[in-house]
Amino acid sequence: MTTDQLPDLEAASTRDPAAVTVRNLQIETNSGVGVVTDLSFEISAGEVLGVVGESGSGKTTVGLSLLGHARRGLRIAGGTVMLGDQNILGMSDADLRRLRGSLVSYVPQDPASSLNPALRIGVQLREVLEAHGSRNNAENDARIAEMMREVALSDDPAYLKRYPHQLSGGQQQRVGLAMAFANRPRLIVLDEPTTGLDVTTQSTVLATVRDLAVAHDVAALYVTHDLAVVAAVATRVAVMYSGRIVELGPADELFESSAHPYTRRLVGAIPRLTGGRSLVGIPGHAPSPSKRPEGCSFAPRCRLRIDECEVAVPAPVEVKPGHSARCIRAHEVVRVEQAGLGDPVDLPPSETEAPVLTLDNVVAHYGPIEVLHSISLTLEHRECLAIVGESGSGKTTTARAIAGLHHDWTGSIRLGDAELATAARSRSTDVRRQIQYIFQNPYGSLNPRKTVGETVGQPLSVFGIASGREAETRVGEMLEQVSLSAGYARRYPDQLSGGERQRVAIARALISSPSILVCDEVTSALDVSVQAAIVELLGTLQRELGLSMVFVTHNLPLVRSIAQKVAVLADGYIVEYGRTAGMLANPQQEYTRHLISDTPSLETATGDVPATAVPADRKPTV
Amino acid sequence: MTIETAPAKAEGVDTPTPAVRSTTLLARSLRLWRTRIGAVLGLILVLIAIVGPLVAPHASDEFITKPFSSGAASGTMFGTDYLGYDVLSRFLYGGRSILVIAVISTAIGVTLGVVIGLVAAYARNSLDDVLMRLMDVIMAFPQIMLALVAVSLVGAKNWVIIVAIALTTAPRVARVARGAAQPVVERDFIGATEAMGMSRIRILSGELLPNILGPMMVETTLRLTYSISVISALAFLGLAANPDAPNWGTMIQKNQGALSYQPWGALLPIMAIALLTMSTGLIGDGIARTAAGIDRERGDE
Repeated sequence: MTTDQLPDLEAASTRDPAAVTVRNLQIETNSGVGVVTDLSFEISAGEVLGVVGESGSGKTTVGLSLLGHARRGLRIAGGTVMLGDQNILGMSDADLRRLRGSLVSYVPQDPASSLNPALRIGVQLREVLEAHGSRNNAENDARIAEMMREVALSDDPAYLKRYPHQLSGGQQQRVGLAMAFANRPRLIVLDEPTTGLDVTTQSTVLATVRDLAVAHDVAALYVTHDLAVVAAVATRVAVMYSGRIVELGPADELFESSAHPYTRRLVGAIPRLTGGRSLVGIPGHAPSPSKRPEGCSFAPRCRLRIDECEVAVPAPVEVKPGHSARCIRAHEVVRVEQAGLGDPVDLPPSETEAPVLTLDNVVAHYGPIEVLHSISLTLEHRECLAIVGESGSGKTTTARAIAGLHHDWTGSIRLGDAELATAARSRSTDVRRQIQYIFQNPYGSLNPRKTVGETVGQPLSVFGIASGREAETRVGEMLEQVSLSAGYARRYPDQLSGGERQRVAIARALISSPSILVCDEVTSALDVSVQAAIVELLGTLQRELGLSMVFVTHNLPLVRSIAQKVAVLADGYIVEYGRTAGMLANPQQEYTRHLISDTPSLETATGDVPATAVPADRKPTV
Repeated sequence: MTIETAPAKAEGVDTPTPAVRSTTLLARSLRLWRTRIGAVLGLILVLIAIVGPLVAPHASDEFITKPFSSGAASGTMFGTDYLGYDVLSRFLYGGRSILVIAVISTAIGVTLGVVIGLVAAYARNSLDDVLMRLMDVIMAFPQIMLALVAVSLVGAKNWVIIVAIALTTAPRVARVARGAAQPVVERDFIGATEAMGMSRIRILSGELLPNILGPMMVETTLRLTYSISVISALAFLGLAANPDAPNWGTMIQKNQGALSYQPWGALLPIMAIALLTMSTGLIGDGIARTAAGIDRERGDE
């Protein structure tokens, strides 16, 4: 039932009146600050509308408002949300309760916390049916079995007796989907349901969503920060910025010829499988709701800004039927070639005289389980080696072993000619200084009770490099180098955005002038445009400072613009290892091909994946 | 791009957040009424204990008139006690020893407990098990019982009481400290300091400790409350260093016989101890609520 083709666009847009119509939706905080302003869109039955935006753009707030709900501290101040001929916003609480789960349903972000861990999944599915009045047991059993089959899970009664923790993340999310589709709703809101899932799992969940929406004529609103995911699932896309829809149009049109500079920058920030262009982040950050400027709220960050932009909020301009953008220069913007964004990446050739880091036959254990089997890799001077794999592939363990954070390994890791001890504590100060590690989650890697200055300055005192005044100066210089100002030294981590925190973590890693930087999924917790900016920064610093880098990621396209060499890991084995450009264009292993075609990217959505990179079982049958 | 006209204004990255944290946990908790009431109550009682002996109308061992006389009959405010001494003066003298012993023993116990808890949480190995099972053994006995055993074996000396209470306080603190530190130990910034090779002592004191200060402050006030009640209970049972010295616990015991006709001798110390424990409880509760509020604001902790 899963197909990789987008549902026919024409069919979706020519269907009868919209299933859901949102008009002039206003949502504000209790103190009257507008969070979402003047929002209008409609979704037809069987159509998936993607709502894309960065953190703080109001996309989740909009999703919840379709269920007539506003988070604590917010209230829906105006507008209508029409489901058929009913206005959801005008309903009483009792009516809303009847509505939710039957006509409108919701799939939350984290399946692990949205399912009740104490109840078997069969019981939870039954609850959804019973809550809306269907008390016939035999009938419900049949419905549950049908639902399970629809989401490609087993309908075996024994399977329904499982508890949520006995399922994988992808299975849990599919149970979530089954619950959402259980009462055949007319509208379903999905809030980043694939965040935290592996690419392969994500790709099947996305296909399930798409197929179910089409099969049951359900209007779906898909909220996400990931443009590439939207490209894979949505027929139409609404791009949100600062609480407004800045561009709304058919998915393929929006990606190929965006009419709003913000969309254009977002698209430019997506890693490309084929292009090999550098990623361009968006400078600055979205204004907080109370500080939005008078005119176009993107104007301060926009390279195409003219004076009129700051006068009034631009009205939507229709560039083509069904495709509009809130930009006064939309007609000019839409004509600019999208491909012109980002310079072609020109990675310097790696110097191959003597490798700076050699992993030889490394075997690592977690307790009695062997998680890495005989890993051998080399990192040349000034080279970036990417380690790619799904969760559980051993990529992070490899990185942690290099940094001495994972102790339980055998084999040999050499820094130059020197053998490294297994644990960081047993290594010499100089070795510890030379290998620096950047963690995945910038929200966990900075001590919340320490100022940025204290955190960044720590290596200076631990390694005995500098102290007092000199250390302060160095911290200031380092912060400038990662595009923060020296004034950040006095701040605490909770006063920083995710991207800023990651910059602080980079500053901490670089201040001791290391020779090797180990980056563990450093961008996976960040928005796409921030991810681009961080990757851009890392690339620049690597070239300027002559660093060698190990870059761990699950995002294969991202590798294209930063790494010369890639190692693909699966289940603790190196599946494929070689030059980046060659491997992405012409992967030798079936596993790599699957990884490429399952990772959402603009190419996979539009079918532009190089023919050699398509897995054998997905080859179009001509 | 050809139509590019203006460079982006916001080239650098900057957020409009305040540069300096305005207030600390303690100061912020004082915005809550419960903390304020607790602080005022505590302050009054501490003042009574400290200044009391200086303003007492009579010496603590000055015989006034026959025992259990009313205020009017003896010419004092609250009458006389079981020895014929002035109740008010005995009361003003009687707080100091309880407070001093409670504060010292709690301080020692909390320090010991925090150290054990941090070490156990950071060790993550058999040391953790050994330490915590040891704490469990001590905790298996009620605090008052262990104190009674110690006092009856060695004698009712002040240091014995202090050591007994400190040793029985430590395991309870250790358990809370370990619980609070465990999730912190798992966070990446600890890994970052380990990768740097920072010394264990510095990691425990500089990285871990600041992150569990909130719960530890709450725990300290709670332990102080328990210490006060255990010391009062010991004194009530006649196990104070000097059974004839003025002491709120002893006063309750000795004067309870006259509760029906000359209640002040027992009532004053009862009220004082009740208010004192209430005050530490209120302060602890206020700090806990403030800490929870701050964590909510931060969102991710």
